[in-house]
Amino acid sequence: MIKKILNNPDYIVDEMIDGMVLSHPELIKRVPETGIIQRTYDKKGKVAIVSGGGSGHEPAHAGFVGAGMLSAAVCGAVFTSPTPDQILEAIKVADEGKGVFLVIKNYSGDIMNFEMAQELAEMEGIKVDSIVVDDDIAVEDSLYTQGKRGVAGTIFVHKILGYAAEKGQSIEEIKELAENLIPNMKTVGLALTGVTTPGSSKPSFALADDEIEYGVGIHGEPGYRREKLQTSKDLVDELLKKLLEEFEANSNNRFAIIVNGLGGTPLMEQYVFANDVHKQMKDNKLEIKFSKVGILMTSLEMQGLSLTLLRLEDDFFLEALKATVDTINW
Amino acid sequence: MNIEMGIRWMELFNEEIQNEKDYLTQLDTPIGDSDHGNNMSRGMAHVVKAIEEQKPETLNELLKLITTNLLSKVGGASGPLYGSAFMGMMKAETAGEEWAKILKTGLENIQMRGKAEQGDKTMVDVWIAVVEAVENGELTHELIDEAVEATKPLKAKKGRASYVGDRSIGHIDPGAYSSGLLFHTMLRAEAQ
Repeated sequence: MIKKILNNPDYIVDEMIDGMVLSHPELIKRVPETGIIQRTYDKKGKVAIVSGGGSGHEPAHAGFVGAGMLSAAVCGAVFTSPTPDQILEAIKVADEGKGVFLVIKNYSGDIMNFEMAQELAEMEGIKVDSIVVDDDIAVEDSLYTQGKRGVAGTIFVHKILGYAAEKGQSIEEIKELAENLIPNMKTVGLALTGVTTPGSSKPSFALADDEIEYGVGIHGEPGYRREKLQTSKDLVDELLKKLLEEFEANSNNRFAIIVNGLGGTPLMEQYVFANDVHKQMKDNKLEIKFSKVGILMTSLEMQGLSLTLLRLEDDFFLEALKATVDTINW
Repeated sequence: MNIEMGIRWMELFNEEIQNEKDYLTQLDTPIGDSDHGNNMSRGMAHVVKAIEEQKPETLNELLKLITTNLLSKVGGASGPLYGSAFMGMMKAETAGEEWAKILKTGLENIQMRGKAEQGDKTMVDVWIAVVEAVENGELTHELIDEAVEATKPLKAKKGRASYVGDRSIGHIDPGAYSSGLLFHTMLRAEAQ
């Protein structure tokens, strides 16, 4: 059994939510009897941005609930999408009369549960629209698969759409913004270890002591290649090359980046990696206008990192990223 | 199918799901996200508990109870898929349809929600085989097993298993396996 700090794996999400709310009562509150975390900030008649998904990715998404970002987040069981009734409730509590915009990561479970909730909310007369985030380029995208996964880039979506909502943009404007944002954002990750869900006796996959895997997902899904552990420079070289291949050639060289720890990698290592990202981006004549480094979208205790590049095609992206917000973890 | 059989069906299905919980998770580990056993176990425990507490008196009430519990307690992909199946079945039952047509409506609802086709290596493969057999009055345990087993050599094109591409070949689809349990227990409930 892998060591974890908990009381009972069945109540781990429940107790985590209570712990967050007790620690940050000025920012968030729990909708009673649900897995929904809502911001305490007064409603101002603006579009509400709501997200959610399986738990085990903390601080995503509840850590980004607050003024200027998410209105509410729905926490499902570990690595399991929340159910339509919970998402519907989150839509209802978040609505300020101007509609609710859902940010959904591209997993079949999330899509189906959020779609059902959206249909139910529309039946109750609430205007709802949504965007599916699919920034992970590690998985081949084709007509015959579910497509790419939604990973750390989702946090930039929360930030940029949250800012647009705060500025008073309409749900139609937010939809258009989201549709411009997603194609300009790509992520790829790597893992040093597998991950064990609470209550399980063994990890989802095992890596040898000297092995890493490129392209892993945030639920212990396998990636695209395994090899011996490299230096930070070589890891950045691989991930950056992979990411830049995905961007069409274009004269715009301005980017925002996320170096995201997957849960078990210390900030010290993240900054070593970030240092190499900055150097190699510069060598490629690419300018980084905004960096976010930290533990944002995790996979429980997994050691590893992901790198996200957002091409700043719209000046509004950068303005939104730089704005201050009042959340636990941005 | 009637209310007594329906209740027996759900009790037997719950027993099988609890017995096979670890195996379902094991099937879901190499090609999915290792949650199918836990999710189905949680959902079916709620269904059986709700039957005891609410004592449905008609098949329609039972189908409604199954729908709401699966939709609100399972989560993941299997919650909306099984929930949509029973929602469709409930609607077809309300319309006074025969059991074969009721099951077929369940299948149509799964496909509407999950967009999977035959051969995509999902629960739909088992449902298609079963619905066809029920329409012809020739559903057997062997036929169900064959339909489940037939997902093994396929490459997944829908659901989480599609992310691993060729590596999904050689594994039974977990949703197909749990659907197999659903229909095995349906046959047993009808035979009792």
